[in-house]
Amino acid sequence: MTAAIDIATVWAFIIAFAVFVYVVMDGFDLGLGILFPLFPKKSDRDVIMNSVAPVWDGNETWLVLGGGGLMAAFPLAYAVLMPALYTPMIAMLIGLIFRGVAFEFRWRTRPSERNRWDIPFFAGSLLAALAQGIALGAILQGVHVEGRQYAGGWWDWLTPFSLLTGIAIVIGYALLGATWLVMKTEGGLRDKAYHLSWFLLFAMIGAIGAVSIATPFLHIQYSQRWFTWPGIALTAPVPVAVAAVTVLLLRSLANKRDYQPFFLTLTLFALSYAGLGISMWPYIVPQSITIWQAASPENSQIFMLVGVAVLIPLILGYTGWAYWVFRGKVKAGSGYH
Amino acid sequence: MFEGWDAVVLARAQFAFTMSFHIVFPAFSIGLASYLAVLEALWLWTGREVFINLFNYWLKIFAVAFGMGVVSGIVMSYQFGTNWSAFSDKTGPVIGPLMAYEVLTAFFLEAGFLGVMLFGLERVGHRLHFMATLMVAIGTLISAFWILSANSWMQTPAGYAINAEGQFIAADWFKVIFNPSFPYRLVHMVLAAYLTTALVVGAVGAFHLLRDPHLAGPRVMFSMAMWMATLVAPIQILAGDQHGLNTLEHQPVKIMAMEGHFESHKDGAPLILFGWPDQAAGKVKYAVEIPKLGSLILKHSPDAPMAGLDTVPRENWPPVAITFWSFRIMVGMGVLMLALGLFSLWARWRGTLYHSRLMLMFAIAMAPSGFIAVLAGWITTETGRQPFTVYGLLRTVDSASPLAAPAVASSLIAFIIVYFAVFGAGVVYMLRLMAAAPHQGEQGPSGDKPARAAGITPAAGAARRAAS
Repeated sequence: MTAAIDIATVWAFIIAFAVFVYVVMDGFDLGLGILFPLFPKKSDRDVIMNSVAPVWDGNETWLVLGGGGLMAAFPLAYAVLMPALYTPMIAMLIGLIFRGVAFEFRWRTRPSERNRWDIPFFAGSLLAALAQGIALGAILQGVHVEGRQYAGGWWDWLTPFSLLTGIAIVIGYALLGATWLVMKTEGGLRDKAYHLSWFLLFAMIGAIGAVSIATPFLHIQYSQRWFTWPGIALTAPVPVAVAAVTVLLLRSLANKRDYQPFFLTLTLFALSYAGLGISMWPYIVPQSITIWQAASPENSQIFMLVGVAVLIPLILGYTGWAYWVFRGKVKAGSGYH
Repeated sequence: MFEGWDAVVLARAQFAFTMSFHIVFPAFSIGLASYLAVLEALWLWTGREVFINLFNYWLKIFAVAFGMGVVSGIVMSYQFGTNWSAFSDKTGPVIGPLMAYEVLTAFFLEAGFLGVMLFGLERVGHRLHFMATLMVAIGTLISAFWILSANSWMQTPAGYAINAEGQFIAADWFKVIFNPSFPYRLVHMVLAAYLTTALVVGAVGAFHLLRDPHLAGPRVMFSMAMWMATLVAPIQILAGDQHGLNTLEHQPVKIMAMEGHFESHKDGAPLILFGWPDQAAGKVKYAVEIPKLGSLILKHSPDAPMAGLDTVPRENWPPVAITFWSFRIMVGMGVLMLALGLFSLWARWRGTLYHSRLMLMFAIAMAPSGFIAVLAGWITTETGRQPFTVYGLLRTVDSASPLAAPAVASSLIAFIIVYFAVFGAGVVYMLRLMAAAPHQGEQGPSGDKPARAAGITPAAGAARRAAS
């Protein structure tokens, strides 16, 4: 193994980390948008918006880092995947536009048009989550590559499997949103969020199960990775851990521990994410392009690694500070905005 | 539908459209973030209430503009991959890291402190809040640094090598980042952002002074904005001239297109003021020109020879008419800004700055001039780079994604509809905020509703006049 191989591996983990932080941070705030129609009261909606208004922008920056980092560290993968995922990507971007501007626009409407941006906020969040889930499924099922280019059609991404992962992500984000509300709100709003969390948790377990069952059928490599030695040594603990976290989540919901459900849901996401990583490794475009084939030249990766090593801890630090400033329960009427 | 269309032309239209919308918001928010930092500093320093009122007033407008800049920017960061995948594969190792550094050093900084800047004044205290405002302002400038470095590298590539896969790779990062046109483009763009913001601030101030020349807030912001126009417009013209000379050295074909020089001139090229460049015929029709002045400006000698597009193979010509006209629009706006600055200086000396209807009307009319100049300038430099994405090295036709025309056309139509609906609404909201004058006790984005209602009572109106 040469040094270049090691740096490509490091970068694969950095990109995976950025995408995971994005899912962790933007997942709940997209989830809030998805749940919006279930909270028709204006005062509830104000609280929901206020609980995330100061931080949503930072959350979405991780998506930009994921995209920009992919282009910089694995340009070939970026160049192949983006045209392959053309329609879901455009749909996601348009969804993010609608929901992103809604945060500010909502407070700038006249009283007579107060709810004008609530529907775009919901629809944009739903569209972005669905598109992200579909993109995930489309990546997992593999894309048609010839030479250094995507060689498939512009509807190749649409399969029952990608629709399944799309729905799974919508459910997962909704659960993150519901448990976020459990943590950040009080009274009737929190009770309703508890109630929703139950349904969404069962739906999420069903979704994880369905995706886990369907994935090995996509490629023989996936089933070999999961069900034969030595892969099984790595894979077997994942479902066990998922079961254990689910039990803890059910207990925390039953015992009304406001802060636990959100973080346990994040753990559930982390485990599912690790499962995906095990399936895909070492491919960045499954079954076509490995991380080493897609990697930028060593000097590009090292140049960025210096920045990442210094800046990511700093970013996590001041982002943490921003969350700390706006910590605690959001109260109706007296919040910011 | 769209089967007969050229996918590359559609992809270019899409990039031009989404980019043109996007650039307007950062141009405004770079300037506005710095202006807000200045206002908050003045408030902390002098304790005068008018500064915090103006700060809160512009902060609400900033929040709307910034949000639109963020979402339209996310589109840009993915569009390289969706529509220009061959370009991404080939240039990713060089300009990818520049953009990754932009995210790491600028976007996170802005986003991390934006929440505190918008909503946190009561939560963190004055000093920390001012630090947050500064971080956001510095973030916008760092962002300009990296993205203009990446753009400049596409114009004047340097410090690179080409590997076995046909990718550009960095041979010298310092030369990549500080490529020949970068310092000029950075200065020109940041000054443009400051001028753009100053002209909007000035116009809003003038709008309210027209109704009541005694309003404290509008007087302060109008005066500040006119000082900016007076001082920065001449500097910007100088910076633009230097940028032009740099372009002549590194991208002479772009200058030929900007000047409409189809033919070579052995003993002094004219300055063509106006005319209609006919690309097919290879000449400027109906040209109004001043002999020798072109050589005098570009070579500082009236008889200096200048090569024309006739020395360049036709397949390397940029679209001349667009480059030629967008350049004239930009320069025209710059001259008007200079005139506004000089006029304001005269009005200030005469003591009529806040009263002269002509002065105020001129300032109001100039509200969009910065945006027009920024767009025209970008069209000049980007169109003048054609038919290459990386100047002289990578052709635009070899940069596009392997997509069928219907896919690109559909997304283009979707973006056009969404952008006009969403950003049209955003502009309306900003204009509404600007239509109300800043008043005493102005609140930030966290709670302006009750304060705004109180501001329209006669007592508050009188108090706000007294506050000057």
